[in-house]
Amino acid sequence: MNFDFSDAQKMIRQTAQEFTERYVAPLAAELDLTGEFPRETFARMAAHGFTGIGIPEEYGGSGGSDIEKVIVVSELAKKCGATAATLSIHMIFPAVILKFGTEEQKKKYLPAMADGGKISAFALTEPNAGSDAAAVKTTALKDGDHYILNGTKCFITGGGQADHVVVFALTDPSKGLKGLSALVVDKGMPGFSIGKIEDKMGIRASETVELIFDNCRVPAENLVGKEGAGFKIAMTALDGARIGVAAQALGIAEGALEETVKYMKERVQFGKPLTALQGLNWYVAEMATKIECARWMTYRAATLKIKGEPYTKEAAMAKYNASETALFVTNLALQIHGGYGYMKDYPLERMMRDAKITQIYEGTSEIHKVVIAREVLK
Amino acid sequence: MNSIVCIKQVPNTNEVRINQETGTLIRDGVPSIINPDDRNAIEGALKIKEELGGTVTVITMGPEQAKAALREAMAMGADRAILLSDRAFAGSDTWATATILAAALDKIGETDLIFCGRQAIDGDTAQVGPELAEFLDIPQVTYAKEVVVEKDKVRVTRYGESGDYIMEAPMPVMLTAIRELNEPRLPHVRSIIEAWEKKDIEVWTMEDLTIDPTQIGLKGSPTNVFRSFVPVREKQSEIIQGNTPREKAALLLDRLSSQKLV
Repeated sequence: MNFDFSDAQKMIRQTAQEFTERYVAPLAAELDLTGEFPRETFARMAAHGFTGIGIPEEYGGSGGSDIEKVIVVSELAKKCGATAATLSIHMIFPAVILKFGTEEQKKKYLPAMADGGKISAFALTEPNAGSDAAAVKTTALKDGDHYILNGTKCFITGGGQADHVVVFALTDPSKGLKGLSALVVDKGMPGFSIGKIEDKMGIRASETVELIFDNCRVPAENLVGKEGAGFKIAMTALDGARIGVAAQALGIAEGALEETVKYMKERVQFGKPLTALQGLNWYVAEMATKIECARWMTYRAATLKIKGEPYTKEAAMAKYNASETALFVTNLALQIHGGYGYMKDYPLERMMRDAKITQIYEGTSEIHKVVIAREVLK
Repeated sequence: MNSIVCIKQVPNTNEVRINQETGTLIRDGVPSIINPDDRNAIEGALKIKEELGGTVTVITMGPEQAKAALREAMAMGADRAILLSDRAFAGSDTWATATILAAALDKIGETDLIFCGRQAIDGDTAQVGPELAEFLDIPQVTYAKEVVVEKDKVRVTRYGESGDYIMEAPMPVMLTAIRELNEPRLPHVRSIIEAWEKKDIEVWTMEDLTIDPTQIGLKGSPTNVFRSFVPVREKQSEIIQGNTPREKAALLLDRLSSQKLV
């Protein structure tokens, strides 16, 4: 057993903390209000190598692995769930290319995704294919050296900002899931447009949109993996992405606890600081214990992934537990802040709204229980 | 344009705890950082390197753990890092520290700019940089808030309480950096990983330097800490009584003038 971070990982955390204080925290409340995608912050994240974590140096990346991803995403999420989400979601595309892409695709996309500052998105969900990912209707039928893409994807984080999107579509509708394939669609391809921009409860600046494909011609070379490999690629990507959501949830919970500790030391009621009230201290103990649990489950799942061991169950558990923890902790943190917590002058109500999505996206808590039970009972 | 930056690793706290018996700093459990002004010094040197080329060498004196500060400086972009570490250096005051640094800088050889931070947050002496310049017999400009290299000289805007000074000096020159000089960059993740996994730090001991052993370490230090304590601050307040605001103001003015405060 080894629960230690390396010296480099500690310095990456310290850098992510300073980055967050300097560039992310001051914008968090305004981004929540406007819902504007933080492009400038994203460019800064690229310049500091955050977007390139997990991409090997030979492809222009920062190196590092899922541990470093969790470190950076959770540090960002302490102050701004939306900014953390933009990075976490962006990291899915390069992971897919790295694992399933051709050498040409790696050379083309990975440097751009790392320091290049290009933004990417992952498009699986459709209006009638949420938790039931197998119900995808979008098609990509072969026409010479192109695929003709038709259909609508919804709830795509950063989809309107992305330079490249990995889209899941049926190349052979007669085969159902076995006919599902992954294709890279570039911004500006004829027939590709952005539909509705969602008005969300939380992580408002992550910009969630509808993507519309109307006879969009995608070059055959943009196919990732083989035809029919789409479902496997999607599920593999989601296993990794779940660690990312666990990191977001962990960070939001950690941030809410930090706010609470600060507030309880400053706020005086009945002639004493709130820290003198045992009832509230018990809340703090519960919050801190659940966070500790979420933290090590998240890093444990990331460690298994790095080692190349099966981690589907652990990633599902980490995501399910961390997201439940985030809502539990932000709820109590807001409660401890009382009326001030309910006001927008304090960040607690935003954190609670941001926490909610972690129970829903990249698989709901309920779907995760299905995944976990299936693994336990097999 | 080659620069050397002298940095110090300090405990990351504004409330430095002191062992009352020994008068030394309690470092246990306190994370260490690069002294804040020294980060401005590193950034100052890196900016000049980016503009004019050359190298940046970062140097510190301290125990093995001070390598972390050097690795951070390399992650920021320093090309070379040197740790001065020897039991004989332990307990050095500012005089002895500057003596050791001067010997190391002599060994490094030709340099154009030497950057130090204004002062360290643990000792607050602001002496090492100026002493180093004296030992090296080169000009110095402290409290630098702007540095411009012009051919064979530097033009430095020096912060002053009653106004800034614009000064010129030939090189080599020693400058001490203040917070206003710049905003230190945060390192790139790849640079952090490289600094820890691929870069080497040179370690120099007494054997590598030409130093008079009587001038360094605890015994060679002219200053000694006899006792450290937190001064007790006593505050007293008094409410001026009077019938009208005018009367109260007059009484307050009398009181202030009698104590020669106005």
